[in-house]
Amino acid sequence: MKYLCLVYLSPEHWNSASDDACIACGDQLRRSGKLLGGSPLHPVNTATTVRVRHGQVSVTDGPFAETKEQLAGFYMVEARDLNEAIQIASKIPPAQFGSIEVRPTRELVPGVTQAAAAAAP
Amino acid sequence: MPSADIARVRAEIDALYRRESRRIFATLIRLLGDFERAEEALSDAFRAAMEKWPADGLPQNPVSWLISAGRFKSIDRQRREKRFDHLEDRPDVAETLTDNAPAFDEREGLLEDDRLRLVFTCCHPAIAPDAQVALTLREVCGLATEEIAAAFLTPAPTIAQRIVRAKGKIRDANIPYQVPSRDELPARLDSVLRVVYLVFNEGYSASSGDSATRPDLSGEAIRLGRLLRELIPEPEVQGLLALMLLHESRREARATPDGDLILLDEQDRSRWNRELIEEGAALTRAAFSAQRVGTYSLQAAIAAVHAESPSAAETDWSEIIGLYDLLLRIQPSPIIALNRTVAVAQLRGPQLGLEHLDELLADGALDEYQLAHAARADFCRRLGRNDEARAAYTRAIELTAQGPARRFLERRRAALQA
Repeated sequence: MKYLCLVYLSPEHWNSASDDACIACGDQLRRSGKLLGGSPLHPVNTATTVRVRHGQVSVTDGPFAETKEQLAGFYMVEARDLNEAIQIASKIPPAQFGSIEVRPTRELVPGVTQAAAAAAP
Repeated sequence: MPSADIARVRAEIDALYRRESRRIFATLIRLLGDFERAEEALSDAFRAAMEKWPADGLPQNPVSWLISAGRFKSIDRQRREKRFDHLEDRPDVAETLTDNAPAFDEREGLLEDDRLRLVFTCCHPAIAPDAQVALTLREVCGLATEEIAAAFLTPAPTIAQRIVRAKGKIRDANIPYQVPSRDELPARLDSVLRVVYLVFNEGYSASSGDSATRPDLSGEAIRLGRLLRELIPEPEVQGLLALMLLHESRREARATPDGDLILLDEQDRSRWNRELIEEGAALTRAAFSAQRVGTYSLQAAIAAVHAESPSAAETDWSEIIGLYDLLLRIQPSPIIALNRTVAVAQLRGPQLGLEHLDELLADGALDEYQLAHAARADFCRRLGRNDEARAAYTRAIELTAQGPARRFLERRRAALQA
């Protein structure tokens, strides 16, 4: 099962985990065959938000949520179950300064709208 | 079969349902990997027993018969559903079940393991704490949603929603049905012990309502405690079971026939259950013989000092204060500090107790805690400071939702001389 591990950091901890530590963590995960992809992100002031409403594309600056912690990067991993995903997430270096949100991914199902999938029991 | 025998078989099936259905359910969850399917399989299995057993007689091992029947009914059901299923890429669950599911084993131990697996699944730290309690009561103890709602003073739809959400998370996030491995156990065991103790406390001292206790809930908690102890011989598991047994031993003596509370020092100690006390005290000693002593073992030790003391006057309060000191070191909490203060007042008089308590109250954390005000009222009463005592009783009564406890405090307030 695939899990997306989203790394959240508050701005003062943005550079607290060294790149070397993150590279080592990624290498180890890749060797065990559990890393499917991932990347650190530039800070939120580089973000641009795109929407399409009534056929019109609108582009705005930045994210809107005023959160203490911001999305700083992500790892897509393959894990047997949530326990293994938690174990992997606990070894991601920024876990020591920020938080890692672990989310299972789901398959897209033909014929199902997004709202219906979200409401599924 | 003569109709008397048919009636006997039906009664036997009823009894099996009451005694064994939660164990069978736990095993079906492991085999089928899904709460809803296991629920359906359980009722299918008992329906099949009702059809077959009156004609064929009881099978040799009814529990494993029911588990196999439930499992095969579920596989049939999934095959039938698949035939009408238009989603082609849906994996064939029935196939994976027949091929890969662990073989059913008739050993008793495995059935117990399944129940424990279910407890750990319901108490997984990735599930919100209030949902852990509701889910455990519903799925492991078999309580109805309405009963859980009544016990926790929460509307039934809210409880139902929590349970549905938690089950959805177990399925979608793929929370495993397993007792965690040794390195994960300490963290996972903590939430299990917490839930079991919460269930017990709700049964031992209901947070609201007209009766002070709900013996069904504490009975379930003790049953879970025994199950945990058999399978995980950790000192804290022994400590928690000991603590519950020692509290439970006093149940009969804690209230008058009218349901009014009787305080510890006024209880008729001959009505305490000796068997439970001996078992609890032995477990406490076993827990203390381990290297690490935890919070449940320490609380059990305090309960054991009370339980083994021949009278209230002979209680070894300095021993109890020493145990509270240790407890405060591992788990600093204003409620434990309050309990220590009550022990100090017993040993060295209400004046010192009041001084300690007022320091604690100045901190503000105990402001909404009725027992802190009840303790203050008691100290003031014993010092003859009646006006202060009356004010403290009034505040404690305002904060008490449980009928018997309110009546007790009102009686005490009324007995104060003007």
